[in-house]
Amino acid sequence: MSYAKPHAGVQPVRHQWNRIPVSEIGFSSPTRLENGKLFIHIDELAELLQSDPNIGDVRFEIARPGESVRIIPVKDVIEPRLSLIPGYPGFPGVLSAWDPDAGGVPSGEIASLSGMVVTTVGSIVGFQEGLIDMSGPGARYSLFSGKLHLVLDITVKEGTKRHDHEKTVRMAGIKASDYIARSVLNGPLPSGSRETLTNPEYPGSPGSPKRAGRNGLPRIAYLYMLQSQGLLHDTYYCGVDVKTMLPRRIVPTEVLFGAIVSGNCVSACDKNTTYHQQNNPIILELLRRHGTDWDFVGCVITNENVTLGDKQRSSTLSAELIASLSPDGVIVSKEGFGNPDADLMMNCSKIEAHGIKTVLLTDEFAGQDGASQSLVDSHPKADAIVSTGNANEVIVLPPLEKVIGDDRVITELAGGSNKCRLPGGSVAIELQALIGSTNQLGFERISSRFK
Amino acid sequence: MAKEIERAGIPVAHVCSIITISQTVGANRIVPAVAIPHPLGNPKLPLAEEKELRRNLLKKAFAALQTPVEEQTVFS
Amino acid sequence: MAATSRNRKTRIVHYVNQFFGGVGGEEKADCEPFTIQGPQGPGRLLEKMFREENADVEIVATVVCGDSYFADNQEKVLRELIPAIQGHRPDLVVAGPAFNAGRYGMACGAICQVLEPLGIPSVTAMYKENPGVDQYRKTVLIVESANNVTGMEDAVRKMVRLCIKRLRGEEIEFPKAEGCFEQGIRKNYFHEEPAYRRAIDMLLRKIHGEPFDTEYPIPFFDRVEPRPALADLKGITIALVTSGGIVPKGNPDHIESSSASKYGKYSLEGLETLDAKTHQSAHGGYDNTYANEDPNRVLPIDMMRELEKELGFKPHPWYYATVGNGTSVDNARKFAKEIAVELIRDGVQAVILTST
Repeated sequence: MSYAKPHAGVQPVRHQWNRIPVSEIGFSSPTRLENGKLFIHIDELAELLQSDPNIGDVRFEIARPGESVRIIPVKDVIEPRLSLIPGYPGFPGVLSAWDPDAGGVPSGEIASLSGMVVTTVGSIVGFQEGLIDMSGPGARYSLFSGKLHLVLDITVKEGTKRHDHEKTVRMAGIKASDYIARSVLNGPLPSGSRETLTNPEYPGSPGSPKRAGRNGLPRIAYLYMLQSQGLLHDTYYCGVDVKTMLPRRIVPTEVLFGAIVSGNCVSACDKNTTYHQQNNPIILELLRRHGTDWDFVGCVITNENVTLGDKQRSSTLSAELIASLSPDGVIVSKEGFGNPDADLMMNCSKIEAHGIKTVLLTDEFAGQDGASQSLVDSHPKADAIVSTGNANEVIVLPPLEKVIGDDRVITELAGGSNKCRLPGGSVAIELQALIGSTNQLGFERISSRFK
Repeated sequence: MAKEIERAGIPVAHVCSIITISQTVGANRIVPAVAIPHPLGNPKLPLAEEKELRRNLLKKAFAALQTPVEEQTVFS
Repeated sequence: MAATSRNRKTRIVHYVNQFFGGVGGEEKADCEPFTIQGPQGPGRLLEKMFREENADVEIVATVVCGDSYFADNQEKVLRELIPAIQGHRPDLVVAGPAFNAGRYGMACGAICQVLEPLGIPSVTAMYKENPGVDQYRKTVLIVESANNVTGMEDAVRKMVRLCIKRLRGEEIEFPKAEGCFEQGIRKNYFHEEPAYRRAIDMLLRKIHGEPFDTEYPIPFFDRVEPRPALADLKGITIALVTSGGIVPKGNPDHIESSSASKYGKYSLEGLETLDAKTHQSAHGGYDNTYANEDPNRVLPIDMMRELEKELGFKPHPWYYATVGNGTSVDNARKFAKEIAVELIRDGVQAVILTST
């Protein structure tokens, strides 16, 4: 007999996050971590990945910070993590079954490798995949230039349909991360940093504070918008395509476990890679100072669908869910650009209509000359905006010594064009083409202002 | 784009999915379409029904062009 | 200073109107352009102030034109003046100050705007209500001046300091800091704090009722008067325009999948419908599987052909397409303006615009 377990109740969900640093990557057998050096048995990993019949070939490469290396076209970036909680798997609902509505998220430990990531590249699937430069002027725009990369260069079998191609590559990256984490983090953990993150209480629990914040602290909520516009523009929560979902609360530390996985390369600059989701800095900061500088009252995830009806419904439901947490203010982060600007404005105006203050994180598409209007939609209540930069601004990237992947596609990337190659091998390309450069979860320091 | 063409003197019916954007940007005659990847279609329908849907959307656009309006109007 | 100057003086050409050129007042506003050797009127003050800043500068020529003559013959005047100015081999051009004189400000702005891409830096000055400010601020450096000649010294001093920087080849990152009008252009920069922290800080201030500065002020959108309705469709020429990126297979004009820099004009002659063999979507902002399978879903040619026969309108034999994905609003506006000109010339009487 199965029954819904009672929710966490009065005790908030607590997770201990162990971060084990990696200082170097090499290929050798067996897969192991020795004094901070990660060795990977690539034949074993290749065999694991090739159990997916769609995979034609996988090649492995390493990229290090400071190297003259360009990785292109990037599909996803993932940080290897291992859930140490029996019964609650990493990438829940993706690698193994997990239904967030059949039981609560249990408290416990999680371990991750920090300083290294798994990055997937491969023959171009869509227009909007991007690049990572490990050195040079492009490197300062993304935190990924500071990571060690295990790059999977994946070729699918001929004739694979686009939807299957995307899924194959997505799953390969996750499986590879999981393989590394299980190989290396199972057992006594090497030394690293450790922190305890305590989630907001379930709003209905007895004793959970309502309107007046504890000790006069401001009550803050977070509305987390996820891209859900179709092939190459999708995101998954516990394996469920977010476009089929209604807005819902999550336990904020679920993101550590890979509960939100990226299936989109919606425009390299403002796509949330799985890494970005796993390390959501808004959630982490709100948790770290919860109870001292503010009361973090909860996090709601919502989608960005392609019909007006869906946008209206999701924004109404999100606003109501947020309002039920009784916050004084809400941070709203967007993913992607263009018609999601409409979702952003609806979310903002409906939350503000409840008397709750909003701050929005968004990038801009103000044209290469910066003279154009940055967003396609607007609302007078959107009076507090943090800009993560104009994605149309052009930068010149010099040729780098090594390309992992295929850089002939650079003119096809969003932000490239058939005019972008310069004599001498440089490319003049929009920021749009650099993975994570204008990320709207707020990882980076770039912004834009009127000149 | 609708606004600029109209500004030059030609009436425009804007068939688009996200009419809130069209409203913000200022088109005057707006016809709500089906969805972003297929504004005048629906792959879930059998072809004959899909064509009927397309025909009806276009007829709404024509009706919009023949309707005097004072301000932004959505023809749904 | 300028790369070429070394031991020689920096050469400046000064543009002024009929009044500052010593010709006369409003009654002489129709005077045709001519050139004076050396400085004239405010040019003398310019030279003096350059000397005070230890800049070795010579105004080699003053170009004069009547405000009305310029306004009425702008293209012709520019065709004449620009080569004349270039003929003096200036390192920089100063125009005005125009204060609140509207035609004068427009003339100064027009000249400066043409010179920049020719590699000749320029500086002008106007009062904030001068129409030249709104028209030219995005592309021209306009020093903010008072609204009349009592502000002459102040304006000239600011212009001189800005000129010196430009002559040194310095990029003017933030015009406001130099006493100029904000150009209204978005420019990226690296903040000290990451965006997530700035967002939380901004929210705390907003919650506590403390002042905060939004990083992107929400713009105002202007409205256009709706065109009168068509009385009847019979015989009316109707054209299709799409921002959904439907183009002939192979995308012959290479319209970009995002941030489109162009639009295409394609023939509909002989086409009763569109299909995956003949057309495709170039738009990268949505899942274009469905549009590629059946392009009529974005550009409804099949139904247009049927409805033509039923309703009796005339289909325009060309359609226009661009990609509305991350395309700047200014580009979209520019394309639409150009398309509109052609449509009007071709007698198109109504447009159906499809967007995704």
